[in-house]
Amino acid sequence: MDRILIPEHMWSSPKEDGRPKWDNKFQYILSCIGFAVGLGNVWRFPYLCQIHGGGAFLIPYFIALIFEGIPLLHLELALGQCLRKGSISAWRAISPYLGGVGVGSWMVSVLVSLYYNTVLTWVMWYFVNSFQDPLPWSVCPLNENRTGLNEECYESTAVNYFWYRKTLNITPDIAESGTLQWWLVLCLAACWAIVYLCTIRGIETTGKAIYVTAIFPYLVLTIFLIHGLTLPGATEGLAYLFTPDLNVLKNPRVWLDAATQIFFSLSLAFGGLIAFSSYNPPKNDCEKDAVTVAIVNSLTSLYASIPVFSVLGFKATTGYWDCLDRNIISIINEFDLPEQSIMRQNYTDWITFLNSSYPEKIAGLKLKSCDLQEFLDQSVSGSGLAFIVFTQAIILMPGSQAWAILFFIMLFSLGLSSMFGNIEGVFTPLLELQIISKSIPKELLSGIICLVSFLIALCFTLSSGSYWIDIFDRYAGSLPLLVIAFFEVIGVVYVYKIKRFSEDVKWMTGRKLNLYWQITWRFISPLLLVIVFVAFVTLQIQKPPTYTAWNPKHEDFPVKEEKAYPPWVQAICVLLAVLPCIFVPLVALFQLVKRTWRSKDPSFLPPEVFSCQEVNRNFSHPKK
Amino acid sequence: MLQVLLLTFSVVTVAHAELCKPDAQNAFKVRLSIKTALGDNAYAWDANEEYLFKAMVAFTMRRYSTKTTTQISNVLLCNVTDRVSFWFVVTDSSKNTTTVPGSEVEAAIRMNRNRINNAFLLSDKTLQFLKISSTLAPPVEPSTPVWLIVFGVVLCLIVAAIVFLVVAGIQQRKKKNKESTERENLEEKGEVTITIENGIPCETLDLKAGHINGVFSADDERFTSL
Repeated sequence: MDRILIPEHMWSSPKEDGRPKWDNKFQYILSCIGFAVGLGNVWRFPYLCQIHGGGAFLIPYFIALIFEGIPLLHLELALGQCLRKGSISAWRAISPYLGGVGVGSWMVSVLVSLYYNTVLTWVMWYFVNSFQDPLPWSVCPLNENRTGLNEECYESTAVNYFWYRKTLNITPDIAESGTLQWWLVLCLAACWAIVYLCTIRGIETTGKAIYVTAIFPYLVLTIFLIHGLTLPGATEGLAYLFTPDLNVLKNPRVWLDAATQIFFSLSLAFGGLIAFSSYNPPKNDCEKDAVTVAIVNSLTSLYASIPVFSVLGFKATTGYWDCLDRNIISIINEFDLPEQSIMRQNYTDWITFLNSSYPEKIAGLKLKSCDLQEFLDQSVSGSGLAFIVFTQAIILMPGSQAWAILFFIMLFSLGLSSMFGNIEGVFTPLLELQIISKSIPKELLSGIICLVSFLIALCFTLSSGSYWIDIFDRYAGSLPLLVIAFFEVIGVVYVYKIKRFSEDVKWMTGRKLNLYWQITWRFISPLLLVIVFVAFVTLQIQKPPTYTAWNPKHEDFPVKEEKAYPPWVQAICVLLAVLPCIFVPLVALFQLVKRTWRSKDPSFLPPEVFSCQEVNRNFSHPKK
Repeated sequence: MLQVLLLTFSVVTVAHAELCKPDAQNAFKVRLSIKTALGDNAYAWDANEEYLFKAMVAFTMRRYSTKTTTQISNVLLCNVTDRVSFWFVVTDSSKNTTTVPGSEVEAAIRMNRNRINNAFLLSDKTLQFLKISSTLAPPVEPSTPVWLIVFGVVLCLIVAAIVFLVVAGIQQRKKKNKESTERENLEEKGEVTITIENGIPCETLDLKAGHINGVFSADDERFTSL
C-alpha cells in the first residue's frame, strides 16, 4: 500500500470538480424536452399548419427538422457536454475570439426571460379567475347607470373585453404607457416567486420540478384530446386542419415559416441547452439525446394540434349554429311563423322560398350570411388563441370551470419548463464568471437574478405592456438567435475545426461521426441559416413595422386599428435585434486588440489550444 | 228590441276592433316562445291560456293602482298568430271606449313582470313585451373577489416552500462548514496521511468486516492489469 499525499482534486469524487450533476439521465432528457416544448408548440404550430395547407405543411417542417433542427441541437448538446461549461465560458474556451457568441446568447436569454414570464403572468391571472361561476369572461358587466351592458363589451365580445380591459387594461397607443396594473404586478410577483422556488439551487431544484412541469402538460393534452374529439364539430376542425393542399409548397413563405418554426421551437442558441448538457458526465451519448429531444418536440407539436383543432372546430360549428339560429328567430318573428317550423336543416329551403315570395321583407331583415368555412378560417395564433379563442370555446363546454383550470395549469407548466431553460442559460454562465465570488451562495444569486428580472419586467405590466411584449417577441427573440446559431456552427466547424470536434464526439459517444452529421454541420445547416436570415430580414424590411392596437374609439371597432411604430420605438426594436449580435464582433475585436498588444510583450505565450478530451482527462468516470 | 240589441252589439264589437289592432295607440305586442322555453313540456296556446293572460293583465292593473277596477273583459286581445304573438290593449273600466294610457300599462307590467312570467312558466326572454324593456338584474358580486382568495392561497404556498428551501440550504451549509473546519483543524495539526490502495483511500474500504471487497471488481479501468 502506498502512503502518499494526494492533492485535493485527484481523489475527489466525480461531483467535486465543483460541478453539480443530474440525478439521472431521464431528468436531463426531460429538462431538454421541457425547455424545447413550450407555448409555441400549442399556439403557433397548429396555426401554421392551418394557414399553410394543413397536412402539406408537415413536409417542409420535417425537412427543416432533419437538415436544420437536429444537427444544430446535436451541436449544442455535444459542445456543452464536452466543455462542461456554460455558454460564455464554453465559447471563450473554444476560441477567445468567439467569446461574443456566448455573451450574445446570454443576452438573448435575459431578454426572453423578462417577457416570457409576463406571458405566464397572464396565464396565472386567468387561472385564478377560473374558480368563479359564471366565468368572468363569459358575461358582460353592466354599464354605470345599469341600463344596459357596458358599451365596449357589448360592441366586441365578453371574452375580448375581459382580455383587453380587465386583464391588460390596454391603451390605444404604444406611446401612452398608462399605469402599472396592480393585479398584474401581484401575479408577476407570484410568477417570479415560483421561478425562484424552482431554480433556487440550479439544476438540483429544477431537476425535481421538471418531473411535474414536463409530464403534466401531456396528461392534460390527452384529457383535452379525448374530450375534444367528443365535441360536435370536432371532425370539421380536424378535417380543416389536416386536409393537405400541396399547392402551398410552391410558396417560399411556407418553407421560411417551417424553418423558423423548427428553429425557435427547439430553443436553439439560447445557451440553455449548452448549460443543461454541461452538467452531464462527458461519456454520454449526446447524439441519441439530440435526436430524441428533437423528435419528441415535433411529435408533441403534432399531438397538441389535435385537441386544439377539435376545440376550434367545435367553436366554429357553435358559432355557425348561433348565426343560423339568430337568422331563424328573425325570420320567425317577422313572419309570425310557428316556433321550430324552420330548423337548421331546412333553413336554406325556407330562405329561397321566402326570398322569392317576399324579397323586400327578407332584405329588410338584414340577415347575416352564415358560412362554416368563414368561421373555420378565423385563425389566430399566439396569445389570442389561448386567451380569446380558447376561452370562448371553454365557456361553451359544460363544466367550464374545470376545463379552464386544467387548460391554464397546462399552459403554465409548459411555459415554466421553458423558463427553467432560459434561467439556466442566464444562471450557469454567471456562476462561472470570475466576477461572482465563490462565497456567494447559489440561493442568493438566483434570488438576485429573479428580483432584478421582476423589477425590470414591471414595465410589461403597464397598460401598454402587451405591445412591448410583442416587440420583444418579434425582435429580441427571433433575429439574434439566427445570427448566434450561425456563428455557433461556423465557430465549431471552421474555427475549432470539425476534425477535432469529430474526435471529441467520438470519444464521448463511442461512435464515429457519420456522414449525415459531417455534411449538415459543414454545409447544409450554415447555408440554411444564412438563407433563413436573409429571407427573414427581407420580409421585415419590406413593410414598415406596424402593430394592431385595441382602440374603442376607432371607427371600425372591434376590428383592431393598424398603427405604425413611432420612431423612438423603432429605434428600440433595432436595438433589441442588434444588441445581442453586436457582441460577436465586439468581443472578437477586443480580443484581437488585446492579443496584438500582448504579443509585443516578449514574455507572452500564446494560449494553448486544447480539446475536450484533455479537459476531461482528470475526470474520474462513475462505474457504469 | 232585437234590432237594438244587435246594433249595440255590433257597435261594441266594432269599437273593440278599433281599439285593439296592430300598432293601435296604447296597444302592445306580446311574443311567446313556449317551445323554446319548455321543450317537450310545452303547452298549446288556446283560448284558456288567453283567458289566463287577460286575468294576469287585469290583476297587474289592479295591483298597480288601487283606484282601478279593471275587469278581465277590459283586456282585449287580437291578431293571435301561430308564432304565438298577439296584440293587447287595456280599456278604461269606467268608459269602455277609451284605452288606458300606454305608460301606465307599461309601468304596471314592469312592476309585476315576475308574476306574469311565472304564471306562464316563462322568462323575460321567452315572454316578450315588445316596447317594454326589462330591468337587468345587478350582477352578484362577493365582498372579496374570488380570484384574490385563490391567489392568496397560491402565494402562501410558494412563500412557505421558498422559506423551507432557503432554511434547509442554510442548515446544510452550516453543517458543511463545521465539517470542513474540523478537517482543517486536523490538517493543521499534522499532515493527513491517507492510505491508498490502488487509488482508493482505505477509509472507504471496510477492512474489518469480512465481506467481498468491491474494490477488486474486475471491470474497473482504473486498475492496471497484472
